[in-house]
Amino acid sequence: MAETREAEQSQISDPDGEELMEKNAPGDSKNSMLIASDSFENIDIDCVEEFEIKKHKGGLIHQIVKQTSKEEQDEVAKENDDQNSAKSDLSIGEDSSEDQGEIFETKDIAEALDETLNPGNGPISSHITDEDVNSPEWRSQRKHIFIFSDSGKPVYSRYGNEDKLVTLFGVMQALVSFIQVSGDVIRSIIAGEHRFVFLIREHLILVGVSNGTDSTQQVLMQLTYLYNQVLSVLTSTSLQKIYKQRRNYDLRRQLSGAEKFLDSLLNMMETEPGFLLGAVRCLPLESTVRDMIAQSIVQHAKVKDLVFTLMIANSQLVTLVRMKKYYLHPMDLHIIINLINAAESFKAAESWTPICLPKFDSSGFLQAHISYLDEDCQTCLILLTVDRESFFTLSECKNRIQERLVKYNGLQAISDSLRKNSYSIQDCKISDLRHFLYKSKSTAQYTSPELEAPYLTQPEQERLFGLYQFLHQRIHSLSRPLKILYHVGPYETLLGWVTQGFELYAVFGPLVTKPLAINAINKLLAYIKREENRLFILNSVTF
Amino acid sequence: MSQQEGKMKSLEAKVVVLGSQGVGKTSVVIRYVGGMFSKAVSPTIGASFFTYKLNLENYRVKLQVWDTAGQERFRSMAPMYYRKANAAMLVYDISSSDSFYDIKEWVSELKRNVDTPIVLCLVGNKCDLEDGRKVSFTDAQEYAESIDALFFETSALKNTGIEEAFLVVAKKLIKLYETTLTSGLNILDSSFPYDESEHPSSNIHVESSGQKSTNKESSSSGCAC
Ligand SMILES: Nc1nc2c(ncn2[C@@H]2O[C@H](COP(=O)(O)OP(=O)(O)OP(=O)(O)O)[C@@H](O)[C@H]2O)c(=O)[nH]1
Ligand SMILES: [Mg+2]
Repeated sequence: MAETREAEQSQISDPDGEELMEKNAPGDSKNSMLIASDSFENIDIDCVEEFEIKKHKGGLIHQIVKQTSKEEQDEVAKENDDQNSAKSDLSIGEDSSEDQGEIFETKDIAEALDETLNPGNGPISSHITDEDVNSPEWRSQRKHIFIFSDSGKPVYSRYGNEDKLVTLFGVMQALVSFIQVSGDVIRSIIAGEHRFVFLIREHLILVGVSNGTDSTQQVLMQLTYLYNQVLSVLTSTSLQKIYKQRRNYDLRRQLSGAEKFLDSLLNMMETEPGFLLGAVRCLPLESTVRDMIAQSIVQHAKVKDLVFTLMIANSQLVTLVRMKKYYLHPMDLHIIINLINAAESFKAAESWTPICLPKFDSSGFLQAHISYLDEDCQTCLILLTVDRESFFTLSECKNRIQERLVKYNGLQAISDSLRKNSYSIQDCKISDLRHFLYKSKSTAQYTSPELEAPYLTQPEQERLFGLYQFLHQRIHSLSRPLKILYHVGPYETLLGWVTQGFELYAVFGPLVTKPLAINAINKLLAYIKREENRLFILNSVTF
Repeated sequence: MSQQEGKMKSLEAKVVVLGSQGVGKTSVVIRYVGGMFSKAVSPTIGASFFTYKLNLENYRVKLQVWDTAGQERFRSMAPMYYRKANAAMLVYDISSSDSFYDIKEWVSELKRNVDTPIVLCLVGNKCDLEDGRKVSFTDAQEYAESIDALFFETSALKNTGIEEAFLVVAKKLIKLYETTLTSGLNILDSSFPYDESEHPSSNIHVESSGQKSTNKESSSSGCAC
């Protein structure tokens, strides 16, 4: 087996004379529609910090509703009332009194464990399997995820039936509260091959158990996403309210049907580098075509209270038009993409659904008009508003946008781009370069070529993803962040480079030399620069 | 078409479909609107909107159907749809008594919150599952009478009863329009062109004849995959 060598640098020049030239970052834009984000920026390292809701007193949704002009003040007042009442509308339902007895007292672990012998009669989980802690299949899963309330009540388990895992939930809750009692917070446990990572939020505790390639921070990031997915379904306001009323509430009742969004989010995070990078991928399109699409939206969806309008095709962003004052966070965009990917029902008809974007405003719902614009259900249009009564207005907008896109071949261009695949690494004409991820920081967008040999099989793709996780984790190491990492592994050579403007992770064949690699990277940056108008959305369109 | 074009009036009515998770609301609507059944139909998120056009008596009836989600977390959205509805289809699954009890909750909620006249139609779906029947026909029928609702047993799978249920609802809507002046129904003067986009309102609309007539019998917005 080949040896592993590496070089770390905080200087940009290479001792061998070759130089990485820090030029303007390709895909850079001062006018981004997404909130620029650093990897890991989203993770609050201090998990027990005051709950996020405090930052959002009143919330953005409230703000937008209030902005409405003065003549409409009366109406606004009413609207606000509606909003408020909408929030308090959430029915917790009269739960049968049976499970009132099963309060897990934090101090009384023995009692909690006792409980485990009589699993509660909560709603049946959608992923019932006979797997429990003793089944070999369950034990061999690479990543487990558990979510439970701070009273120890199971909320979600990625594998197996929560009710059968009650003991385990009890133990995890006991661990968390035991350490909390001593005024400390549990963050992670490393046990042999396994890494246990804890994310503690008000009312909810999330635990990830991994024996894969992800680092503690990366698992923490995944847990943060899952927590946001829960908020996206319920809002922080109703989560607070539910647990205030009944500390022992079985949240699965409210999440029933939403487990599949948690499942699909987890699967997506294991294959899609966008989560790792905190960036989204755009559908490659000629900038004139993309402008035409954005203009169709601006012209035909100029509707009061419409906050964001976006178009998504095959998990890639086609365009985004936003209200002038507001930006979309890539994390929220990932939540939207996950919703579109996981919910088949949008393909049957125009839909109207509440969705909370936790980074935008975790305290309330936006209302989403969701529809596909083409027969094959490839191009999805999402209109996000604060006006719960505007379905028919938005439906009209959708029709007009659709008409225009048909007339000017916009849908055709999208479907051509989807069919053609993105681009081949061959197009970059750089020998020895096998694959790369390039993130433009200012726009929170990334690009990467198609997966080609040798990364065609699933195990190979997983291995490649693991290499990126490794490279990413080393570069963003909390204790020792790096600017450049050159790593020679047994099967490939890796180069990671982070500047103010971009993050680049490149994978070479094993025989590449350092000067060659550096030369290749400079060529690659030039290539991306040439293609930047097609690969990135560089201007930000507003209503 | 036996009626003379010129005498046709257009009636637009909102129909809301309510009922527990998984009773087959979407399947029933898709069977009616799209004429098919798919085993792979997935749970509704929020609500889906369908339209269906039919000619009945001397009316061109356009039904705007809101197919709501039965999942608990969407329960609080329901008022948004039923508040403006002219008819409500209350769907349960004949093989689940719980789903039948849920109907009673829906009915009392409607009674509390809706003050305009509304056509109620009780729908016992999955009647192909005779072996697993938990709700008897007569119990359901008696209940329907007690709340003054229409009643049908249907199967989206076998295509029984669905066409009829919607047809009778449409008839009752016409009757409601013709007989009830205070029903909150709108009559649009024939001399004013009716602009749909300006009237996404709650009521049944009647528009004069001679308007653009669509040949398409039904359309579900979006695509049919
Ligand atoms: N045997 C039988 N199965 C049916 C019938 N109608 C629907 N189903 C099945 O019941 C399940 C649920 O159907 P849906 O139409 O999604 O139910 P829904 O009421 O719309 O569910 P939500 O959208 O979650 O509220 C699906 O598996 C359907 O195939 C029927 O008439 N007979
Ligand atoms: Mg449905």
